[in-house]
Amino acid sequence: MELDQRLRNVAVIGAAGKMGSGIALLLALEMAWRALEDPGTTYVLNLIDMADAPLQGLQRYLMEQARKEGEKQVNRLRKVFRDRADLVENGEMVQAFVDEVMVHTRTGKALALAKDSTLVFEAAFEREEVKFEIYNELAVLCPRSAWFFTNTSSIPLHVLADHCNIQGRLIGYHFYNPPAVQKLLEVIAPEGCDPDLVRDAYVLAKILRKTTVPANDIAGFIGNGHFMRDGLHCIREMEHLAQDYGFVQAVYMVEKVSRDWLLRPMGMFQLIDYVGIDVFQLILRVMDKYLQDGLHSDLIDHMLDLGVRGGQTSSGAQKDGFLRYEKGRPAGIFDPSTREYAPLSEAAVKDMDDRLGPHPDPALSWKALSRDPGKDQKLREYFRKLKTMDSLGAGMARAHFFDSRDVALDLVGQGVAQRPEDVNDVLTLGFFHLYGPINDYLD
Amino acid sequence: MKRMPKPVYLAAGAYTVSLGTGRPEFSPKRPRPGLDATIREAGRLALAQIADPAAIDECVIGNFMAARFNRQGHLGSLMVNVHPALEFKPALRVEGACASGGLALASGIKSILSGMADVVLVMGVEVQNTVKAIYCADFLAGAGWYEGERKDGHAYFFPGRFSERAGAYGARIGMERAREGCAHWFLNAIENARLNPAAQEHTNRAGDLLALGRTAPNPRTFTEHLNLFDCSKVSDGAAAILVASEAGLHRLGLARKDAVEVAGLGHAAANLTTPPPDLAEMTTSKLAAGNALKMAGIGIGDVGVAEVHDCFTVTGLLLAEALGMAAPGEGADAIAAGITRRDGRWPTNTGGGLIGYGHPTGATGVRMAVDLWRQLTGRAVGYQVEVRKEHGLLVNMGGNDKTVVSLALRR
Repeated sequence: MELDQRLRNVAVIGAAGKMGSGIALLLALEMAWRALEDPGTTYVLNLIDMADAPLQGLQRYLMEQARKEGEKQVNRLRKVFRDRADLVENGEMVQAFVDEVMVHTRTGKALALAKDSTLVFEAAFEREEVKFEIYNELAVLCPRSAWFFTNTSSIPLHVLADHCNIQGRLIGYHFYNPPAVQKLLEVIAPEGCDPDLVRDAYVLAKILRKTTVPANDIAGFIGNGHFMRDGLHCIREMEHLAQDYGFVQAVYMVEKVSRDWLLRPMGMFQLIDYVGIDVFQLILRVMDKYLQDGLHSDLIDHMLDLGVRGGQTSSGAQKDGFLRYEKGRPAGIFDPSTREYAPLSEAAVKDMDDRLGPHPDPALSWKALSRDPGKDQKLREYFRKLKTMDSLGAGMARAHFFDSRDVALDLVGQGVAQRPEDVNDVLTLGFFHLYGPINDYLD
Repeated sequence: MKRMPKPVYLAAGAYTVSLGTGRPEFSPKRPRPGLDATIREAGRLALAQIADPAAIDECVIGNFMAARFNRQGHLGSLMVNVHPALEFKPALRVEGACASGGLALASGIKSILSGMADVVLVMGVEVQNTVKAIYCADFLAGAGWYEGERKDGHAYFFPGRFSERAGAYGARIGMERAREGCAHWFLNAIENARLNPAAQEHTNRAGDLLALGRTAPNPRTFTEHLNLFDCSKVSDGAAAILVASEAGLHRLGLARKDAVEVAGLGHAAANLTTPPPDLAEMTTSKLAAGNALKMAGIGIGDVGVAEVHDCFTVTGLLLAEALGMAAPGEGADAIAAGITRRDGRWPTNTGGGLIGYGHPTGATGVRMAVDLWRQLTGRAVGYQVEVRKEHGLLVNMGGNDKTVVSLALRR
């Protein structure tokens, strides 16, 4: 069966979630354009999740995003609708496009909705037993020709395929959040995967305008393989500092160094909050189960015991986690001893900044460098300076830098990534780092 | 050509900030003043300059598309909200696309000439930032021929139409020359706007304006022959001015030196359903401006300051030719040589014009009259130029050179 034919009936499981909704949007837009530019074919997108309210939220999200797509692509729409006498103004055409996107979608709570689907995307909660249950049912429900694309970011594919008897028909398609915007797509083809599926997975990625990076079928793959270990490094560093400075101060310092001194878009604790502390724990557990590599954090468990979870609201707003957020910006740090958020007073911030020592180049920031065509040279000069500095902050930054590089090199050495460039691509494209971890900046 | 049968004066003009992208106080996500408040602000700024608002006999307001932008018709009655003294006075709204403001002026002038009124409050308004630019383009396309043009037109209808003019002009004189003229028009507009605190581009701090103006047009993202810098922006604003007879000026407590005299009025409308006879010429504008000059008994050489309808940079070039500031085909070079700069022979659009001040469509004609009145009476605080002749010339255009109002004003 050709990919074009498969795309006529597609299902997304977990469609109302953070990742599922983005995948649903990409597919809904693709179907709408196909239907408009090559009429005569019926397209169906089955969107499945567990409750009505999030599914209704998903429909609203799709309508809103379809409108934005129509507005951006209005010239294309004017060509598509050139023979529709009833559509004259941009506004009429944009609305017609929104209608077209929605007309192909069907929502429901039962997996049975996917019974005719020949492409199934799964973005369910990152828990093995949940995915086992889904695939066991889909294996029976869907046609034998159906292919399955899982968005798992940690569970080994062969485990899922073997457990659910869908060997050869399952491939890893790890989108990054938000899937509609992020260019990176990690593709994990497990052993025994149908070569046609692998080929079409890459063709589809191109259709969806994604940049693919292949990863091997080892728990955590490249993205979480690096992120989890990077996160654990920061937690260990923080716990070490906390002995001298206190928990809140230590979180501040590690956050500051991992963001401002390593020139990253956000600090490690903000990133863990963004992903969700609960999701961070789930991924650690899966990876530890299969790798037995000591991937565990008592602090993460403790935060969840205290009900501190991070993550995002359905509207995309950041929930409080290690940090408290005001208008999306960190404004306080959680103190487990008081179970309250400590505000960041100017005096306290100054005190902690003084302890870290002067930043190597206060004029440089992730934001400033991210659009700077001379970025590479400036990064070299920056790290050359960092290399020679003698301060607490400089020492922490160097330690983090080298740990990140070692983790990245191990991912290549252990065969998770096929090439060093693939790790660098994942970190720059998926995590928006200015530079890949495998580099010679501090040599 | 008839002369003005009796003196008619303009005085006590004012306009609001042109609100839109570029203004630091503007954000599409924040609440904005809205239509009524914008009208009231301009109206009250004008009325604050006269002795008694009760002296006003009639009101007229120019507006293009409030019915779609703001879902509000009946603006004549809304205009009465400017001041209690206007209650029960005759008030009407006139429409002629982007020349609505000019038509409001023409209407006020004719009321004075008819003897039915001695003082007319003339206003113009448009509040456009209620919708995204892509829908704004739909509303503004109403200035074209909907049945015959819209379906096959560009998504951004008028940039598409004037891109065709830019293409035709470039084909005639050489594309590089035409683009260079456009870039210089943009430079002048922004430099002037930086001096005008109410201009939308007042805080524009871009370094190399000429380089921006020279940005190559990209048909994939916009139009074939115009870049975004060639276009006036989406704007919210209103303008007001008093039109008065000699007796009216006296009733307003204003002296002759506070006013400018309307020496000539040209008004022409071309058939909306037929294409322009020559894309590289502003035929209707040429006719209307010629009539205004003839009525005033002057030529372009007697004009010391001008306000022209530069909805796009290329329109500025073509209007310079239409008014006789440059020979046909020489407009681009003449602009690049500086004839319309502040120190040039015809200082033009001294407060920024449509590109620099902004283009709240229905308000533009009245705003132009206010800027000419300020320049000719020495009131253009911050952007005053030396006006070396006694006359100013205004050309306010609607649609693709379809409705044009031109005024020749005397100091």
